[in-house]
Amino acid sequence: MAKVPVQFTLNGAEKAEFIDSGTTLLHALRDKIGDTSPKGGCHQGTCGACSVIIDGELRLSCLTLAETCNGATITTTSGLSEGGVLHPLQRAFLDAFATQCGFCTPGMIMAAKVLLDHTPNPSREDVVEALSGNICRCTGYEPIIQAVLTAARSNSQHAA
Amino acid sequence: MALALQTFSTVKDANAALKAAGTRYLGGGTLVVRAANEGDVSVSSLIRSTEPVLSAITVSGSEVHIGASVTMAAIARHPDLAALSGAARAVGGPAIRNMATVGGNLFAPAPYGDFTVALLALDASVSTDGGDLPIETFLAKRESHHAIVTAVGFSLPVDGGFRFLKVSRVKPKGVSVLSIAAVLEQAPDGTVSSARIALGCMADRSMRAKAAEKALLGRKLTSDGIAPALAAASDGTSPVTDPIASAWYRNEVLSVHLGRLLLG
Repeated sequence: MAKVPVQFTLNGAEKAEFIDSGTTLLHALRDKIGDTSPKGGCHQGTCGACSVIIDGELRLSCLTLAETCNGATITTTSGLSEGGVLHPLQRAFLDAFATQCGFCTPGMIMAAKVLLDHTPNPSREDVVEALSGNICRCTGYEPIIQAVLTAARSNSQHAA
Repeated sequence: MALALQTFSTVKDANAALKAAGTRYLGGGTLVVRAANEGDVSVSSLIRSTEPVLSAITVSGSEVHIGASVTMAAIARHPDLAALSGAARAVGGPAIRNMATVGGNLFAPAPYGDFTVALLALDASVSTDGGDLPIETFLAKRESHHAIVTAVGFSLPVDGGFRFLKVSRVKPKGVSVLSIAAVLEQAPDGTVSSARIALGCMADRSMRAKAAEKALLGRKLTSDGIAPALAAASDGTSPVTDPIASAWYRNEVLSVHLGRLLLG
């Protein structure tokens, strides 16, 4: 099968690759580009571990074909830290013990980032709703919810 | 995954390409890419169209026209579709709602397809290049339709006339045990003058609860008034059994949740 070109902006950097038609964005990111932060969990749209942000919206990279992302701006968890300094969400997840095995963490952080981008001061219910498409089998969710709320407070203090 | 994706600027060209064997239409990807990921080898080629009309929502008075590529998230946040926000938000989590389309939802098998339950209660029409079909007719033969769904259309009910309930074990997001939508009209004395009730997960696709609708006519929305409708709620149902619930359980609890919807 002929390769098809894809080009998009990933975490601020232009990326261009030739891929097999029908390749999922998850596969393209992990196996072609080398960004392994999105995880392949269920490949059914159920677990949320592959979540990325495409043009400001949370999407599942396992169900998104890479070809449909031409020209898009994509953010993954690996693009959040700046100059070796963790993003407030990453720091909050570590401090709140919100990551155990870590497999769900990148997807959780992507979902939380979209929430905080649009709702800087979320309620607990907002956080629960925002994370409702992401499954964690380790933490029981409460540390994750608290981490997102902590990151929101941290952002507010920095903005003040 | 050996899939070839073909993108067309018009629905007409996409419809022509869809006639080839092994082709499926790609909407948001939550059904067809999932099927391919699960190893469905019957899919060898995906077709999509980027015609702008597919992504348009138009509201003119009470008449609503939603393009088939419109996502659940777009419906949930549309200011003129607040009555349907709950039904749109019942579909998946935030990421799924950013991807799942109205057109795709029409083809989602039980236990999915919650928004179609709402459309069935609203007596929507389903549009293709070949014309419009009542949603009930469309759903009955949805596997045999080979034309791309371009839009759905319906009339918005009066304020408070539309009710929707999704029952799931996991909150706030979970797969449906069942879902119910109802469009009710009441006479000045409070009796039900018109009822259209749709059920999700009570068959392999959304279905009408026609016996319950009939039993509700002329009755008031009180515990006594709705009793005949609840007794008839399971008439004609053939629920799915899946890891969420057995068919027996779905039939057992249907009347309980229908009662809550009608009295709520």
